[in-house]
Amino acid sequence: MNQNPAIGHNTVPKMTARDVNVFYGQKQAIKNVSIDVSAEHVTAFIGPSGCGKSTFLRCLNRMNDTVDGARVEGRIELDGQDVYASGMDVVQLRARVGMVFQKPNPFPKSIYENVAYGPRLHGLARSKTDMDEIVESALKRAGLWDEAKDRLNESGTAMSGGQQQRLCIARAIAVDPEVILMDEPCSALDPIATARIEELIDELRGRYAIVIVTHNMQQAARVSQKTAFFHLGTLVEYDDTSSIFTNPKATRTKDYITGRYG
Amino acid sequence: MRLLIAFALVLGLAGLAYLAGRARGNRMVTAAGGRMGAVHSRPVYHGAYVAVLALAPALIVLAGWGIVGEGLIEGQVLGSLSAAERPAPGNDSEALLNEVRGLVNGDLPQAFNPLAPRLAPVYAAARSNGDLLAGALAVALLAMGGLWGWSRLRPDFRARNRVETQVRALLLVASVVAILTTFGIVLSLIFESIRFFQLVSPVEFLTGLQWSPQTAIRADQVGSTGAFGAVPLFWGTIFIGAIIAMAVAIPLGLMSAIYLTQYADPRVRKWLKPILELLAGVPTVVYGFFAALTIAPLVRSFAVALGMTNASSDSALAAGLVMGVMIIPFVSSMADDALAAVPRAMRDGSLAMGATPSETVKKVLVPAALPGIMGGVLLAVSRAIGETMIVVMAAGLAANLTANPFSSVTTVTTQIVALLTGDQEFDSAKTLSAFALGLVLFVMTLILNIYALAVVKRYREAYE
Amino acid sequence: MATLAAPAGPIAERQPTDWATPAMRSRIAARYRAERNFRRLGAAALVIAASFLAFLLFTIVRDGWTGFQRTETRIEVQFDAATLGVDPAAVAGPQGQALLARADYQALLLKAAEQLGPADDTLSDAAWMDLREALMDDPTLLGKRASLWVPVRSSIDLLAKGKYDLAAPAESRGVTDREVSDWRWLDGKGLLRTGFNTTFLFGADSTEPELAGIGGAALGSLLTLAVTIAIAFPLGVFSAVWLEEFAPKGRLADIIELSINNLAAVPSIIFGLLGLAFFLNFAGMPRSAPLVGGITLALMIMPVIVIASRVAIKAVPPSIRDAALGIGASPIQVVFHHVLPLALPGIMTGTIIGIARALGETAPLLLIGMRAFVTDVPQGFTAPATVLPMQVFLWSDDVQRGFVEKTSAAIMVLMLVLIAMNSLAIYLRNRFERRW
Repeated sequence: MNQNPAIGHNTVPKMTARDVNVFYGQKQAIKNVSIDVSAEHVTAFIGPSGCGKSTFLRCLNRMNDTVDGARVEGRIELDGQDVYASGMDVVQLRARVGMVFQKPNPFPKSIYENVAYGPRLHGLARSKTDMDEIVESALKRAGLWDEAKDRLNESGTAMSGGQQQRLCIARAIAVDPEVILMDEPCSALDPIATARIEELIDELRGRYAIVIVTHNMQQAARVSQKTAFFHLGTLVEYDDTSSIFTNPKATRTKDYITGRYG
Repeated sequence: MRLLIAFALVLGLAGLAYLAGRARGNRMVTAAGGRMGAVHSRPVYHGAYVAVLALAPALIVLAGWGIVGEGLIEGQVLGSLSAAERPAPGNDSEALLNEVRGLVNGDLPQAFNPLAPRLAPVYAAARSNGDLLAGALAVALLAMGGLWGWSRLRPDFRARNRVETQVRALLLVASVVAILTTFGIVLSLIFESIRFFQLVSPVEFLTGLQWSPQTAIRADQVGSTGAFGAVPLFWGTIFIGAIIAMAVAIPLGLMSAIYLTQYADPRVRKWLKPILELLAGVPTVVYGFFAALTIAPLVRSFAVALGMTNASSDSALAAGLVMGVMIIPFVSSMADDALAAVPRAMRDGSLAMGATPSETVKKVLVPAALPGIMGGVLLAVSRAIGETMIVVMAAGLAANLTANPFSSVTTVTTQIVALLTGDQEFDSAKTLSAFALGLVLFVMTLILNIYALAVVKRYREAYE
Repeated sequence: MATLAAPAGPIAERQPTDWATPAMRSRIAARYRAERNFRRLGAAALVIAASFLAFLLFTIVRDGWTGFQRTETRIEVQFDAATLGVDPAAVAGPQGQALLARADYQALLLKAAEQLGPADDTLSDAAWMDLREALMDDPTLLGKRASLWVPVRSSIDLLAKGKYDLAAPAESRGVTDREVSDWRWLDGKGLLRTGFNTTFLFGADSTEPELAGIGGAALGSLLTLAVTIAIAFPLGVFSAVWLEEFAPKGRLADIIELSINNLAAVPSIIFGLLGLAFFLNFAGMPRSAPLVGGITLALMIMPVIVIASRVAIKAVPPSIRDAALGIGASPIQVVFHHVLPLALPGIMTGTIIGIARALGETAPLLLIGMRAFVTDVPQGFTAPATVLPMQVFLWSDDVQRGFVEKTSAAIMVLMLVLIAMNSLAIYLRNRFERRW
């Protein structure tokens, strides 16, 4: 066990955070969080609502920059590069660290254009056939190809909620990111659509480093290998999912998992 | 003044009616041993009930006399002349009556028309008779209404409910004024336009390419046959209001809105927004003055510098440019609303893909907000084509069919003002044509507004 | 479970993106350049709009501030009873002031002007009024000499203010050689001074720029707005109350709502056509009168007040209505005791904005003849009058050079009033706005 109880696994971390503090104006939302995210695993952030898990997630690809008055202190690294360094290119960072949101948010464009949006922005396709290939493989990875291949020109907003969320995942995959952040991706979906997304996450594991924020402990137990428990802006405990759920070390974690609060 | 005195008198009498009703209500309360519950309504409601019954009919009589009275008096005055002496209806009658009025009111020491001194006593008599009659009728109705209301007061009389019904009726009447105004506009435009179209065919008006509304006063006059082809006016209106002004207002307004919503620091925004709103608050006559005095000479020297020898000093460009600036805040606030209606998730989704803010704006926000922005632009066009003072002061009167922004064109509103100021003959085609132009303008702006509001509404619903 | 999401067919493998290639680097650099340019474009749009406003205000103030000043020259006046045509004995009597008011000051002025030598034709046509004022203030001056400052003609006034380009050739500079030499003579003798132009603020219109004032037009605006407020405020608030609180869902409410929304977008000149066809021609109401102008503008701004009032009324939470209804208040009492007082700041804000619009409006008033040339302050609601923006329009049309500064000065006054009204509206909104 590492000196810091929060950090600690043996593989090379994809992203590391050290002593991260986040402020919204005067209010401190994240206090001294340090954590490593591995490339091979799915990492779940759990905790009661308002505990800061989503805020912290949005630090990893600097989406907090878009919030007026938000301020981030500390160090976050992607493959050893400081994400908040002045030389870091946000555009490139967000292409490497993709994100899927709580509510499916496809653009009001066709399915094809939704997926092609990222590759087009970043100039990843040299030709039309190249682009077709990228779109097809992204949709296939997201398990949406069979449903979407005959309606590529229809609006993305016309699909069902679960399909929209998989479209958003396909959109993120199309840029070929290294990390995918998922902010409660199933909270707006029904159980069947949720099951499909969970399968999808399982299939994507290993190819991308995946961090998922969830308020659903069962989901964390099902899809993740590592789990971090946040409470009141602090990282209380970070360990293998199995040990968190079977043998939590901190009382707060135990209370939360056994349903005393949350 | 006479009316004001009558109104004051009637109001005073109604006040007495109120006091009487309230006094009776107070007595009923005393008679019931001072228990408030014994009398259904509080004394003030008894008073108010009596006052309303007294006031309403009297006010209707006075207002009616105020509106139609002058017409009735004039009819009587002109009727007192023999058919041979009677001046032609329209300008001549109007001039004569003005002199008569002037003599009676003492504004005019001496009349030019020999008929006027003879008619003055007739006018004075007709007016005082009419005033007396209307006043007497008003007071009589006031007394009757008041007494009837007073006689109905009982301890169990539901005065409060009655008063509240009356108040509701008043509220309803106030609301109906909007319908009446709309009807008034439509009727007066249609009525005068029909008279115009009896003189000039609608086909010629709507498709003719020649506009010169000067009709001959004498039969032998040259060059004043009168032509009422309004196409050059419609073109000028669209050229200035929908093309030049929009070429200024759409890019500047849209880019301002984008900068304010996407880039500007909240503190900067707090300062910049009122400045934009100030542009909207400048009276149009000020814009007109500025366009005519400052912008038009600049545009003209620019045209001369370009080698145009016949550059006009009242160019379409000068009027259109200034009108465009006037419309900027309008376009900007509509675009602001439209962009704000795009869900934040859409913007976050694009930024999280690694798009820069400008790519997000261009590829996601503006396309998503396009229906709303288009609706706003249509509303702005409707506003620009109805704008009057800028074009009256800075655009010309020459009805040219040209797409040269440095030459002079005229617009519908300019012509309406030109046709209706100065001497008017109310049945000449020249004067009436202004109403036909007004009708076209009204219909054009109405269609634009209804369509634009429908577009904006559908767009808002799409994101709710 | 895995079969459910199994990919259909093989998935093409891609090389991981290499962000470090020169091509990719220059592509990202180009995207950032586009970003900066776009941002600059947005800022430029705002700068253009703001600088247009600044340019407008600058030219108005540059041309207009001298309108509040007038150039005066000093003359020695011998208040000679014979020239004035009055009897000194009678002046001391009870009719003295009336006698002095009717005396022949023109003759007196003509005599006094002689002392200006070559520049004897430089006094304003209205300078005699200053002589009258001086003598009526102090009747003991009769028979004595006094030194008085009186206004000069517009051309001399403008020369003194430096409004002419004297380097330009005589035929294009707009002022004669005689006027220039007169001005040089007066200036050289130190007979000129700049004073505050009270005539401009309190006087009425005139054909002479140095005598023209905005007082008459301002009073006309006041009378017109009084009518407008008296009609539009109650009508607007009452319709808003009816539509929000009492209107049964149905045809009538829909038609009223549609009418109001359309009226709000009807061009103002159409209201002028309504005023002309209905109030003047059909109802025979007087032309050029504040009464008719006020009614026309009231119909025009009523929709503004209705819409603002409805928003304010809607913002009052239903819980307050329920509370009042719950203790036995009638719906009318709920509205007048609770809803309207709470909605009042919003209603007032909308009303002030509407009135500001009415104050700046010109077009509809043109059609009902409020462009009358009125050389006296308006006498009442039915007497001919003009309004401030109309005065601006009339003066801007005048060919005389002296009216340019008057027009700009009148605009300054109008804009000051409008900015004050709008600031009041913003203040009310910020001070009393309540979030429920």
